[in-house]
Amino acid sequence: MQKSILIIILFLAQIPSISGQESKMVPIKEGTFVPLYGATAKKPVNVKSFYIDVYPVTNGEYLSFLKKNPSFSKSKIKGIYADKSYLSYWKSDFDFGNVNPKSPVANVSWFAAKKYCECQGKRLPTMDEWEYVAMADEKKIDARTKAEFNKYILSWYEKSKTYENSIGKTFKNYWGVYDMHGLVWEWTADFNSIFLSGESRKDKSSDKNLFCGAASVNATDLMDYAAFMRYAFRGSLKAQYSTRNLGFRCASTTKL
Amino acid sequence: MKKLIIPFFILLFALQSCKDSKKEAAKPVAKTKEITDLSIYNLPSQWTTQDGKNIELKSLKGNILVMVMIYTSCKAACPRLVADMRDIEKKLDLKTKKNVKLILVSIDPKTDTPQKLKAFAIANNMNQNPWIFLRSTEDNTREFAAVLAVNYKQISPMEFSHSNIISVFNPDGELVFQQEGLGVNNSETIEKINHEAQKI
Repeated sequence: MQKSILIIILFLAQIPSISGQESKMVPIKEGTFVPLYGATAKKPVNVKSFYIDVYPVTNGEYLSFLKKNPSFSKSKIKGIYADKSYLSYWKSDFDFGNVNPKSPVANVSWFAAKKYCECQGKRLPTMDEWEYVAMADEKKIDARTKAEFNKYILSWYEKSKTYENSIGKTFKNYWGVYDMHGLVWEWTADFNSIFLSGESRKDKSSDKNLFCGAASVNATDLMDYAAFMRYAFRGSLKAQYSTRNLGFRCASTTKL
Repeated sequence: MKKLIIPFFILLFALQSCKDSKKEAAKPVAKTKEITDLSIYNLPSQWTTQDGKNIELKSLKGNILVMVMIYTSCKAACPRLVADMRDIEKKLDLKTKKNVKLILVSIDPKTDTPQKLKAFAIANNMNQNPWIFLRSTEDNTREFAAVLAVNYKQISPMEFSHSNIISVFNPDGELVFQQEGLGVNNSETIEKINHEAQKI
């Protein structure tokens, strides 16, 4: 019995040193919402309580991850995990050049983002979790029907190079989370569960899915336009892809 | 008390698995050549066959793999996808067929237990070479689908949407061809498989 306690203490002592620097997380309370995409017959989706990073992962943080996991550096990463554009704006394996270290890391593949989160003892948020957090403005859990909120998001989509900005400069939402809109797009764990892409056209049996998605898009809701952009973008991605405006943050089911 | 310890072990493993393992490098290099950059044999995930055997994808190295992602309780597209796989199998060159494995990977590991896969294999007369059924965790399945660029989503407890893609891998585990859609002309797919299988 005493031995077991000792073992636990030893593990506890090790954990911080293993997981390294941890970015701050906040709890998200369980709730339901109807996402633009993925709910059958517009039935609400339940999101269980979880934790999410307050900020997207920065260039600085990603660099320390790479130092511990050099196999994910730009010259070493395996082709199956990332295409040629992986970290293309970095100068070399362990140098992001004169890019702002506090700006979000981008040009990372889904595999790399996933690996990063696993190394923090975390995971990528699911699409439903991400959207659930992203529908909050400063005051409301669900601000999707607010014209102002939607205008803010859509105006960001038109701005260029926001990825150069530091994290934490956009608004703090209801949950205490920053930068869900206004900085970079973000990977989600199940980005590859969307059927809006070209293959649906080729593939008769998926047409139904295409129309399911499309029907809600054609619905008059302008509020959904911003969300539609995100889902369409995700639907166009492959796990090896990386682009300059696509970053990520991590989540966790349990408190860390 | 024991209950407490297990999560700690899991946590420890999870945290360690992220570090670049040096052990791997120290392992005696296998007789065969190294795993290439684009190979699915880089994936460390564990899979279970319809016979309950646990394997890593690596153990399939050296074969031509023809893979499709399905779920056995599927009523719509999967029977047709399975039929497409059968049709490919029928048309394979008999001389080199021994080098080819046709693999059905479940996107519904919760329902598709090894027993379920076995029953499906027997019912469809696919419980013998060159057929293999595989399942893993939901995470590993999501990752494998990402590698194949297969999209899927559970839309109800018994229903999934999924891409209809049949993928062909060379002996190194590199993706060399994909056939998209249902009931499409498979002559190019077969040509590719036979061509790769001849090289072994």
